[in-house]
Amino acid sequence: MNEAAAALRTPPPVVAADAAAEAEPRARRAKLRCRDFHFYYGDFHALKGINLSFEEGAVTALIGPSGCGKSTLLRSFNRMHDLYPGTRYEGEVVMEPYGVNIVDRRVDAMAVRMRVGMVFQKPNPFPKSIYENVAYGLRLRGERRRAVLDEKVEAALRGAALWDEVKDRLREPGTALSGGQQQRLCIARAMATDPEVILFDEPTSALDPVATAKIEDLVQQLAGRVTVVIVTHNMQQAARVSQYTAFMYLGEVVEFGETGQIFTAPRVQRTQDYITGRFG
Amino acid sequence: MAGETTTPAHTVRSYDQDLRRLRDMVARMGGLAERQVADATTALIRRDTELAAEVVRRDAELDRLEREIEAFCVRLLALRQPMAQDLRLIVGAMKIAHALERIGDYARNAAKRAIVLAEQPPIGSLNGFQRMARLVQENLKGAMDALVHDDATRADEVWASDQSVDEIYNGIFRELLTHMMEDPRNITAATHLLFIAKNLERIGDHATNIAETVHYAVRGDTLPEERPKADSSASAVVRPPGD
Repeated sequence: MNEAAAALRTPPPVVAADAAAEAEPRARRAKLRCRDFHFYYGDFHALKGINLSFEEGAVTALIGPSGCGKSTLLRSFNRMHDLYPGTRYEGEVVMEPYGVNIVDRRVDAMAVRMRVGMVFQKPNPFPKSIYENVAYGLRLRGERRRAVLDEKVEAALRGAALWDEVKDRLREPGTALSGGQQQRLCIARAMATDPEVILFDEPTSALDPVATAKIEDLVQQLAGRVTVVIVTHNMQQAARVSQYTAFMYLGEVVEFGETGQIFTAPRVQRTQDYITGRFG
Repeated sequence: MAGETTTPAHTVRSYDQDLRRLRDMVARMGGLAERQVADATTALIRRDTELAAEVVRRDAELDRLEREIEAFCVRLLALRQPMAQDLRLIVGAMKIAHALERIGDYARNAAKRAIVLAEQPPIGSLNGFQRMARLVQENLKGAMDALVHDDATRADEVWASDQSVDEIYNGIFRELLTHMMEDPRNITAATHLLFIAKNLERIGDHATNIAETVHYAVRGDTLPEERPKADSSASAVVRPPGD
């Protein structure tokens, strides 16, 4: 981890370190906890009672065939569905610290998005300069001090392994970058505001293998500092970057486990059929 | 879990063909190894030097098959990126091919000694060898059947049944020491026989290793580290007469 990456680090979580967690180094603290979580698109029951915990600082992959609900679940975590009418959340997604139920409509969606960043399938830089793309979230938070902005933009770009490639062209439009660079710019943008969780929705499906490897490396660098949830159709990618994997099917979690276990010895036949390529 | 229930076919059909081919190759190698053990034993009992020489010659085929299986497995790992049961089968096939190659070496070594023994005056009865060879072959066959049929229960039976092989080996060990003490002219033959017995015992151990590998390939968990063992020859002591 380089210095700049360290500068990106979120302040230590305000979780009361209880004695047990201290004594047991492998004790897992959940950052996000879904409890009997349901989601509806109008009449369509897309998520059916999800119970799943996401370990703080770990990378958790969500895999499953198209339509299984993995992206729907991911998008619930930063209240993306609020943007569309007729959607409904039921149950809880509790985020620590503070134990906020982030899918409660009474909780401000903007406040949730401040804590939970997102990177999408297709890189979507704003039609602004590279610098302004990264500074955008900071400005939104009311940061106006030039020195602070400069520092944070640089740190975020370094953290996204993009600084060396763009430091001399910060005023150029973000859209002028290559696909892989644009995606790293989006990661820098998401990281600039020090989120606690970052969601990746198939972040490399539009990228070549070299750009993909850079993003995967970045995802692993982020682990430990932020909690990462990644949706991917590429099983090898899930195996490479994550510590935990959840296999979803028809709106339910079929199996959740340590990634090594899921890919070598899954316990549920349906998981096995899917990851070995025997699915329907 | 998986393996013992019916497993659906892969969406990519050529992958299924590859895995079937791998199973066939390992089964063929297993069959050849079984035959080598059987023929080496027959050559010993019948003092048949021609058959023994045939066993020695045929070992090259096992070595070739091992290399072929290994290369095919590496290719499958690179090209198919196998997961779960497929991954376990491929890694298991490599380990099993290696064990079968070792078994072949032990059989070849026993056959070489059978050629020497045919020139020596016979000592004692070879009943123990026959029983031991039969048990070892049963275990080897059982382990290979377990692989072919994805049958973890069968593998577990083999894994637990090596004990009687060890017991016969101990008996042979003691008997041969006695022959050597009775008459030093028996030492050449008895020593060769002792090595053959040890070879059979090692073949039995490899059969149980194969069974362990099959269990893992089918179930995805590992058998306990300690298996029933009865080989006590490592601590055996005999006192020469008159001592």
